Amino acid sequence: MKINSPLEAYKFLPGTNCGECGETSCMAFASHLIDRSLKATDCIPLVNESKYKKKYDELVTLLAPEIREVVIGVGDNAISIGGDDVLHRHKLTFFNKTALAYDVWDTMEEADLVERVNKIQDFKKFYVGDYLTLDMIAVRSVSNDPEKFAATVKKVVETTEFPLVLCSFEPAVLRAGLEVSAEKRPLLYAANKDNWQEVAALAQEFNVPVTVFAPNDLDLLKSMAKTFADNGIEDVVLDPGTFPTGKGLKTTLNNFLKIRRAGINGDRDIAFPIMAVPFTAWMAHDDEVSASYWETVVASIFTIKYGDIMIMHSIEPYALMPQLHIRDTMYTDPRKPVTVDPAVYEIGSPTADSPLLITTNFALTYYTVESDLSSNGVDCYLTAIDTDGIGVEAAVAGGQLTAAKIKKGLDDAGFDMEKLTHKVIVIPGLAARLQGDVEDETGAGVMIGPADSGRLPGWMEQNWPPQK
Amino acid sequence: MSNKMKLSGLTDLLKDLDVESLEGVSIEGDIELDISGGGGLNPAMAYALGHEAAQISMHVANIARMLGYPVDQLFAASMGGLPQAPVAGASRIPELLPAKFDVSKMSEWATPIQEVTLGATSADGGSRKNTVTLGGENALPYYFDAEMPHRNYVTMDVFDMPISMAKSVKENYGDVINDPAEWAKKAVRDFNADMITIHLISTDPLINDTPAREAAKVVEDVLQAVDVPIVIGGSGNPQKDPEVLERAAEVAEGERVLLASASLNLDYERVAKAATDYGHAVLSWTQLEINAQKELNRKLMKQCNVPRDSIVMDPTTAALGYGLDYAYSNMERIRLAGLMGDEELTFPMSSGTTNAWGARESWMKESPLKQDSDWGPREYRGPIWEIVTGLTLALAGNDMFMMMHPTSVQVLKEITQTLYGSIEAEEIDITKWIGAEV
Ligand code: B12
Ligand code: SF4
Repeated sequence: MKINSPLEAYKFLPGTNCGECGETSCMAFASHLIDRSLKATDCIPLVNESKYKKKYDELVTLLAPEIREVVIGVGDNAISIGGDDVLHRHKLTFFNKTALAYDVWDTMEEADLVERVNKIQDFKKFYVGDYLTLDMIAVRSVSNDPEKFAATVKKVVETTEFPLVLCSFEPAVLRAGLEVSAEKRPLLYAANKDNWQEVAALAQEFNVPVTVFAPNDLDLLKSMAKTFADNGIEDVVLDPGTFPTGKGLKTTLNNFLKIRRAGINGDRDIAFPIMAVPFTAWMAHDDEVSASYWETVVASIFTIKYGDIMIMHSIEPYALMPQLHIRDTMYTDPRKPVTVDPAVYEIGSPTADSPLLITTNFALTYYTVESDLSSNGVDCYLTAIDTDGIGVEAAVAGGQLTAAKIKKGLDDAGFDMEKLTHKVIVIPGLAARLQGDVEDETGAGVMIGPADSGRLPGWMEQNWPPQK
Repeated sequence: MSNKMKLSGLTDLLKDLDVESLEGVSIEGDIELDISGGGGLNPAMAYALGHEAAQISMHVANIARMLGYPVDQLFAASMGGLPQAPVAGASRIPELLPAKFDVSKMSEWATPIQEVTLGATSADGGSRKNTVTLGGENALPYYFDAEMPHRNYVTMDVFDMPISMAKSVKENYGDVINDPAEWAKKAVRDFNADMITIHLISTDPLINDTPAREAAKVVEDVLQAVDVPIVIGGSGNPQKDPEVLERAAEVAEGERVLLASASLNLDYERVAKAATDYGHAVLSWTQLEINAQKELNRKLMKQCNVPRDSIVMDPTTAALGYGLDYAYSNMERIRLAGLMGDEELTFPMSSGTTNAWGARESWMKESPLKQDSDWGPREYRGPIWEIVTGLTLALAGNDMFMMMHPTSVQVLKEITQTLYGSIEAEEIDITKWIGAEV
């Protein structure tokens, strides 16, 4: 983005404060343009009225992110990659989380292929109110046979809505794959020094994004990217090669660092999303656990440092879980405190005999507890106390979770203790020290739950209903 | 002259060859080629014929392929590459535009991180076999802007009493769990620990309330048992820790240990004085808050006169999935501020990476949530949780890692040293990755 203050953006807006964008003023709208929560197209007059055309065009250019955005796939499953404006997440936030593609290959038996694709598209892990999931399928041509490749791609397209990466250095193979999947807008992998003319022609003919591959040769990488872009192929992804071990890995990291720094610093010719291929770890390690571990390690490095899309092989949960979490770690927006509204929530269908539980309004805490309860069919009342979005332990230490706060939380929610047969409040194990105070403050009985809410269902079996 | 050949006639033709069966071979669309005389070959006719001939040759090639004949190699050999499909509607780009890649180094990173040496050899009045030097960076870790002067180090946790641990961690220490000296030995000998951290947790009044004097004996035992530099940790009890660390510092005089920790919620002056009196370094520990870190460092330097070469920071580690985003950005901001000249933050950093074992993903047998996909065996989940937590902070600038699981230690050491540049490996031809059989 070439501008960074609302005032600069404001100059290009109509200035009528008409409110059509849903904001109270053009200035408020401008600040959303800068934090990228709204787009120029959200100002209706700016888009529709011809007198603003010039300003609109200029504004769009100024607001364009430093790193170009590339869209792979279509419809609801389309994935955007790139689009970043900063080198460090705390400076703003990283946009468009790293797309995770897992491989299938064209020498697989059909049944195995379908099973693997399903495993990839079905994998999910609950986290902070939503599921962490994988994104894409990369189809590798191992046979080098266009027909086999096309048949495999076709089967994948029939099995999943996930966007695809078509992987071959053979233009005829890529063409065969495109012929059965072009309308799904797959990413082509890849143009290299030998085949770039043919692959560029395919990208043009089928209008799909394309990867340029120049292992450890940043001059060539830039030259290809520039050539493509100058010829109208703007949806380019860069693969500088992922060497999985030794000095090669160090060099790979530095290639990523250099490319991204140059891009953010304004070198448009190299300001494209970057691809990492942690898959290469499988070429360096024989046993599956080592290969999975090293693939995950390499993938973590490039999730943290500027990989916008990655191709991987291991679909073992011990590889997928850390990968999904590290991706989430880097791409959560550091500007947003993640909270839920303070309230007493009904989990399942609670009755007068159901327990009343206390937790905080920190989203990570609330959703962890909520899902532990609902997924195990525990019916209860769960109270999210307003702790300014701080988790249990830190809120007890910092004074945001106190007996008075708990009383206030229940009162504000209009919760009537009298309707409970047991008159007991269950507090988190990590808030045990509040027990006496909460009893005094609320007049209710207080039980101390386990330290980890994952153990609540088991704890309930032992301790609920409470002994009189 | 009329010469007719039907494609289905091929079957008869093939009969003469020694082909056993053509079952499953179907020829779609019988093509009849009628080359009859008259009129010669006009261009349109030639094109049409060529088209037909090509169609037939494709069918024949397919049959040959089904019979197992390497048709593609034949084509490749005769045509110099696989048949290239014609490009419709797009003209070839004639040549690559020349481009030179160039990027500048960071000129703002002008202040080096302070070097801190832990451990003392006999030359310096100690009994360690080697010392460990942290810090000295002039750039973010592993960056091309400046060589990293020292690699990362791992100090393995040892406790002065049995504690509750994840099963897969405990398995490694079952035989030594009651003997801190043996535990330390095992960590160095079998698990390649660069250093040992002895945590005197039994001193906590809420646990065993072990007197400081007794705890100090454990420190002596550990110093006897191993010859690597050590870190001495209290129990985290703010009332008791200063006294425990004073005693420990005294018995460790000359060994230049790292005292863990001084923090804003205890009498940091006493801890700092113990360090300066007996020639040790001090760990300045704050909780995920850059301004608190500045404040504590300032107090240690200005108010307690701790020399700059004796301060290491622990800005707190939250596990992967449990606040690592805060921990990562906090460390990265601290390191960037240091490199850009904030003298209150130019110190090496340490991470309690062991915190990763607090994440349920690392220790729980299976997901407590029915909707989750299977979490798989926890034996593999735990170590990688610790590795990824540590690696993430390594990339934020962390220098030293306090860790527990042997596998995590081994992998983290290898990956950080790979990025540091000291690990050689056979080069792999990654251009072949697409066709790799895995
Ligand atoms: C992230 C973090 C922070 C972040 C908080 C971000 C946030 N939005 O919460 C920040 C940087 C702001 C922070 C600040 C502080 N922190 Co802090 N922080 C942590 C850290 C690293 C992780 C906490 C966390 O998020 N856990 C994950 C969540 C999901 O856990 P949870 O909320 O506790 O929920 C679990 C359980 O409590 C239970 N549960 C929850 N609800 C319920 C309900 C029922 C009924 C039951 C049965 C169970 C249950 O199940 C949940 C899932 O396991 C921990 C150390 C660590 N590694 O654990 C220190 C820690 C919590 N912090 C600590 C401290 C001291 C502080 C500060 C006071 C430091 C300071 N001096 O400034 C401040 C206080 C700030 C404030 N309150 O205003 C201490 C607390 C020590 C203590 N026991 O008293 C800890 C333990 C670090 C330590 N070892 O000293 N911190
Ligand atoms: S729609 Fe446009 S003109 Fe109207 S208030 Fe919003 S920014 Fe201003």
